[in-house]
Amino acid sequence: MRLSFRLRAAILSVALLAAFLAAWQLGTMGGGAASDIDPEYAKLMGQTAVTGKSAMPGPLDVGKVLWNHIADPFYYKGPNDQGIGTQLAYSILRVGIGFGLAVIVAVPLGFLIGLSPLFRKALDPFIQVMRPVSPLAWMPLALYTIKDSNISAVFVIFICSIWPMLVNTAFAVANVRKEWLNVARTLEVGTFRKIFRVILPAAAPTILTGMRISVSIAWLVIVAAEMLVGGTGIGYFVWNEWNNLSIANVINAILFIGVIGMLLDQLLGFLTRLVTYPE
Amino acid sequence: MSLFKNPFDAGTSLGACPCGAHRSLAEHNAEYAALQRQAELETAADEEKRLTNAVDQAVIRAILPDDMTRRRVLHAIGAGTLLAALEQAFPLATAREVFAQGKSGPLEKKDLKVGFIPITCATPIIMAHPMGFYSKHGLNVEVIKTAGWAVIRDKTLNKEYDAAHMLSPMPLAITTGTGSNPIPYTMPAVENINGQAITLSMKHKDKRDPKSWKGFKLAVPFDYSMHNYLLRYYLAEHGVDPDTDVQIRAVPPPEMVANLRADNIDGFLAPDPVNQRAVYDGVGFIHILSKEIWDGHPCCAFAASEEFVKTMPNTYQALLKAIIEATAFATKAENRKQIAEAIAPANYLNQPVTVVEQVLTGTFADGLGKVQKVPDRIDFAPFPWHSFAVWILTQMKRWGQLKGDVDYKKVAEQVFLATDAAKLMKEVGLTPPSATYAPATVMGKTFDPAKPEEYIASFKIKRV
Repeated sequence: MRLSFRLRAAILSVALLAAFLAAWQLGTMGGGAASDIDPEYAKLMGQTAVTGKSAMPGPLDVGKVLWNHIADPFYYKGPNDQGIGTQLAYSILRVGIGFGLAVIVAVPLGFLIGLSPLFRKALDPFIQVMRPVSPLAWMPLALYTIKDSNISAVFVIFICSIWPMLVNTAFAVANVRKEWLNVARTLEVGTFRKIFRVILPAAAPTILTGMRISVSIAWLVIVAAEMLVGGTGIGYFVWNEWNNLSIANVINAILFIGVIGMLLDQLLGFLTRLVTYPE
Repeated sequence: MSLFKNPFDAGTSLGACPCGAHRSLAEHNAEYAALQRQAELETAADEEKRLTNAVDQAVIRAILPDDMTRRRVLHAIGAGTLLAALEQAFPLATAREVFAQGKSGPLEKKDLKVGFIPITCATPIIMAHPMGFYSKHGLNVEVIKTAGWAVIRDKTLNKEYDAAHMLSPMPLAITTGTGSNPIPYTMPAVENINGQAITLSMKHKDKRDPKSWKGFKLAVPFDYSMHNYLLRYYLAEHGVDPDTDVQIRAVPPPEMVANLRADNIDGFLAPDPVNQRAVYDGVGFIHILSKEIWDGHPCCAFAASEEFVKTMPNTYQALLKAIIEATAFATKAENRKQIAEAIAPANYLNQPVTVVEQVLTGTFADGLGKVQKVPDRIDFAPFPWHSFAVWILTQMKRWGQLKGDVDYKKVAEQVFLATDAAKLMKEVGLTPPSATYAPATVMGKTFDPAKPEEYIASFKIKRV
């Protein structure tokens, strides 16, 4: 029964996709050539203006572009025109560095806040004010002070991924079950041993959940940051194709961003399952 | 080729003058011409000697402007003595060295990054890459596409870029500290003149009179741009107050067509290919070309920090020369098609070739069903007129961007490096103008660069 349920879900998924694609194709078909245009003038104009073809590309156009990208993902035609694989690699690298630095800072700091009520009280106002700031608002300040656009982009990723991890770590550390801490105290476990053997395993699932939220946010933000700074990355790719009003390429980029975002989330989800313990 | 003549050769005639040893002037000329031609060829082949002569000749001419006197002195004391005497008073050796360095000294830096915004104004900067003008001067330049003017400014100030494509008011704004910290900035060359247009949304097809534009939302690329000042000027001349009657906002050029299609704005005064792209996609029509406001107005520029110019003079000269050469190449109408093909790909402008071609050749669809032929729709001229700078400063002051007293002349001459441009223009075979100030006519009204304050005072609509 379980298998047939999955099968039914799969069939429904495919059917929905097919219906969507068909509607898309129908909706973007051209209205036929307009006949009363001077041919010399028509030659200078785009398809949209002359034949009344919709500015929105159909699924077939998008598919064609997608195939080109997959067939040659790492081409290099100058610094401003590189394959989509290269662009995605740049973005993933930036997210990786920014996120990695955020982990290094947020987890120890989260422990400190979680363990010490004094620090929690003292740092709380700062965290509450900084957390809701849109990471892109940091961009001009970063560009101005850091004086390097690549590091600025990494900094923006760092600053946006630090908060969920920090808050989750602090929460998890502060809410380790009292019984376990009491047992540790009864057994006269040392401070560091207590942190690494009792609190860390107990808090790990929540910390990992914080990281999972962080990486999703980081992936959302990198696209916007790269659109702003330009140069390389999937965000720059979107901006460059927007520049050319190439909607087919933008749709492709959206597809790729979605797939990579899903993979990153799955990866963190997998790590979370590794550290989850049955109570 | 009189620069190659040896001024210390007593027989050399710098003017028209027979020596008396021949039966006729023609005979005299024929004999000396043959001798001289050979000497010139030999000298020209020898770069060092050529430079030496050019410098020596300039100095000797300045001291002894009269040809007869000069030759009499040379006869009497000889070239060696005169040269030695001159060395006492004038550091000839240093002058030669300085001049030679400017020409062929070692480059301080070969790998350069130059930022640009993907618009046709940047044509000389962009095309110099695929068409090999940079590599000809031994430079390995990467031209980097940048998302907007504020970013290009910050990246140049950060020294991520060695030089950049900017709007010609930007170096003035950066130097005067308008909208950023004051940093001494220079503008060694203008890139293009004309080449902008006012484009309106198709739904305003019948509103060709600016008086009917009240309530419009109009876009310009940047606050410190010729576009902003030209649009404000145009509106104000038609009695529309650009601050209260319409809304002018800064939108990066690549986003303009998308915004026009989305109905966020009613029109824009923008650089190409944005205007032509709006026509190409059927979302807008070209209301007027900017040359109808001011024929020959400057637009974009090649800019570098004063620090770059001073610490890397050879690199700077080579770079500037490459760009001036590219500009000279772009001026010729017959080259325009070829350029359009070179700069349209995704690495540069990322536009359909036909759009770029329509802009550069001036044979274009206007969006209203007509094909227009305006060969000087865009032109390329590198000379940074000081009067351009003064005009821009008057408009910055007129619209309240620049407060207080302005030393127009001083700022203009500090930022717009007309001398360098003139020198290099000569070297690539262009003729620079002899003056650096010239009056201009903007919508029928004369602008006298000597009287900037009076000019500002003469406007009815202003924010002073």
